[in-house]
Amino acid sequence: MTAILDQQPAPASRAPHRRRRIRIGRLLSLAVLMVAAVLVVAPIVWALATSLRTPATSFDQPPQWIPTHPIWSNYQAVFDRVPLAGFFLNSVFVTGLIVVGQLITSTMSGYAFAMVRFRGNKALFGIILATMMVPIQTTIIPVFLIIKYLGLTDSRMALVLPVVGGAFGTFLMRQYFLQMPRELGEAARVDGASHFQVFARIYAPMARAPMATLAVLSFSAYWNEFFRPLIFLQSTDNFTLPLGLVTLQGTMGTGSISIVLAGVIIALIPSVLIFLAAQRYFVEGIVAGSFR
Amino acid sequence: MAQPVRNRRASAPPGARPGRPPQPPADEATALRRRAQSRRARREALFGYAMVASALVVVVVFTVAPIIASFVLALFKWDAISSPQFVGLDNFDTLLSDKAVTHSLLVTSGLAVMIVVLQVALGLGLALLVAQRASKIVQNLFRAAFFLPMLASAASISIVMAYVFNDQFGVINYYLNLLHLPQVSWLSSTGGATATIVLVAVWQQLGFTFILFVAALASLPGDVLEAAQIDGASSARMFWRIKLPLISPTVLFASTVGLINTMQLFDQPYVMTKGGPGDSTYTTVLLVYQTAFQNLQFGYASAISVVLFAVLLVITALQFTASRKWVFYS
Repeated sequence: MTAILDQQPAPASRAPHRRRRIRIGRLLSLAVLMVAAVLVVAPIVWALATSLRTPATSFDQPPQWIPTHPIWSNYQAVFDRVPLAGFFLNSVFVTGLIVVGQLITSTMSGYAFAMVRFRGNKALFGIILATMMVPIQTTIIPVFLIIKYLGLTDSRMALVLPVVGGAFGTFLMRQYFLQMPRELGEAARVDGASHFQVFARIYAPMARAPMATLAVLSFSAYWNEFFRPLIFLQSTDNFTLPLGLVTLQGTMGTGSISIVLAGVIIALIPSVLIFLAAQRYFVEGIVAGSFR
Repeated sequence: MAQPVRNRRASAPPGARPGRPPQPPADEATALRRRAQSRRARREALFGYAMVASALVVVVVFTVAPIIASFVLALFKWDAISSPQFVGLDNFDTLLSDKAVTHSLLVTSGLAVMIVVLQVALGLGLALLVAQRASKIVQNLFRAAFFLPMLASAASISIVMAYVFNDQFGVINYYLNLLHLPQVSWLSSTGGATATIVLVAVWQQLGFTFILFVAALASLPGDVLEAAQIDGASSARMFWRIKLPLISPTVLFASTVGLINTMQLFDQPYVMTKGGPGDSTYTTVLLVYQTAFQNLQFGYASAISVVLFAVLLVITALQFTASRKWVFYS
């Protein structure tokens, strides 16, 4: 195309053609995007629509994409016939503790690695950083045995304890504190503030943005986690949502899929709400991870 | 350790002026100041250790020690009830001729390659299309749409997908039928089950690569692109010669992370196929799970997980070496 353009003697005459071609190209790209977006969203819309049909008509074709007569009984049923409220509370408990724990430990360690002078700073940070890419399957058997040794098998704390501190959070917070001016803290030290006061009163409050990033990312990782709950938990009373729903699907069979789907939708709602409220932190976190 | 530091400082006291020999009282003052300084440094160091302690303890106890323990456990035969029995490298010997292990590694790598290639290609393609959109609102709408599946858990989305891909009454086969296309036995045939798992994994992780590429494309230097445009470069040429080389670090990152994640594929096959039909979607982590937590062969399972860990390390190393030729770091 470049060659043709170079040979054209009168640039004015080709301009309308080119513009039309660009317009067609733009329309085509919009169409491709729309189709992709519809395909991506469709399974979730189907789950929502089917969760609003009676269990008996779940499999009736064609699927009813827009529920004209929504039946809310499935949402009642997941709480009456199934311990969904329990699963939900377990998920809130586990995820909440992990997020709060990670925020506290990562902010402290990230700050210290960035701002505090102590022997072994680089080496200790290196140890933590080296574990960032370690796959969970490599550590799961020993971790299971440690949990057993601690007497935490089949408890919700078994999910919390091993992940209340981690490489990603420490890394993320350290990156942020490295950009902070040291002078603020030094001035406060001269005025008689303790090291901890400098951290807690001056620097930590400024780190809200990376804390929000860490919070949303670890929320979405642990709210949706399935592998560890499957291994650590045995009694239904302790199940978190993903494990509870998969078990539910197994025991309830195909007879009441709309009830299971109602559970899936309920599990998705908190994630969607947090995403809508903190969209930019999700994006920042994912992008920050790529520059490590 | 503190002694040499003090000596070094003493030879050049911080407050001393050149040319004038230090007077005895001043010397006493610097000694005092020095002592105060080292006390301050010690207090700062203590504070530092206290601050990193919690994260460090968790990482050491629940990641570093378990990695070492995995390698040690792999040398034992142990059912977690009777006492462990040292067997040396026997587990690895058994493993090499164990069809279940080699097959699961093949299945997993096949799935991983398909998923990562599609995920990177589609994510990049959609990111390029979205980047053309002038309106920020339209861009954000598409971003939210592509991100939506990532918000759900792989396990519960697999429940939904098992219904959607159901052979007899699934939505997909219904529409295939409507379009007079042949029905696919999605979950009951080898190829179908593989395709289902690839599609579901790609569908769910697409938002991740998409967002990475949107960010990478947005950070491209505008003057370079403009110059190329003025020189009359076609958009295909712009992509292959300018954009792709500039975002190649992101391509590398997305594919490395994608490969590491998909080599550990578990939730989707566990929920949708249980590794079947036959063992056509039986991934290595499914095998580790079953060997350890259902057959209680903790030593053997550790050996398998160590092998998978090694495979992941080799893949990562290869990817970095091979890509050094074409990845462009500004």
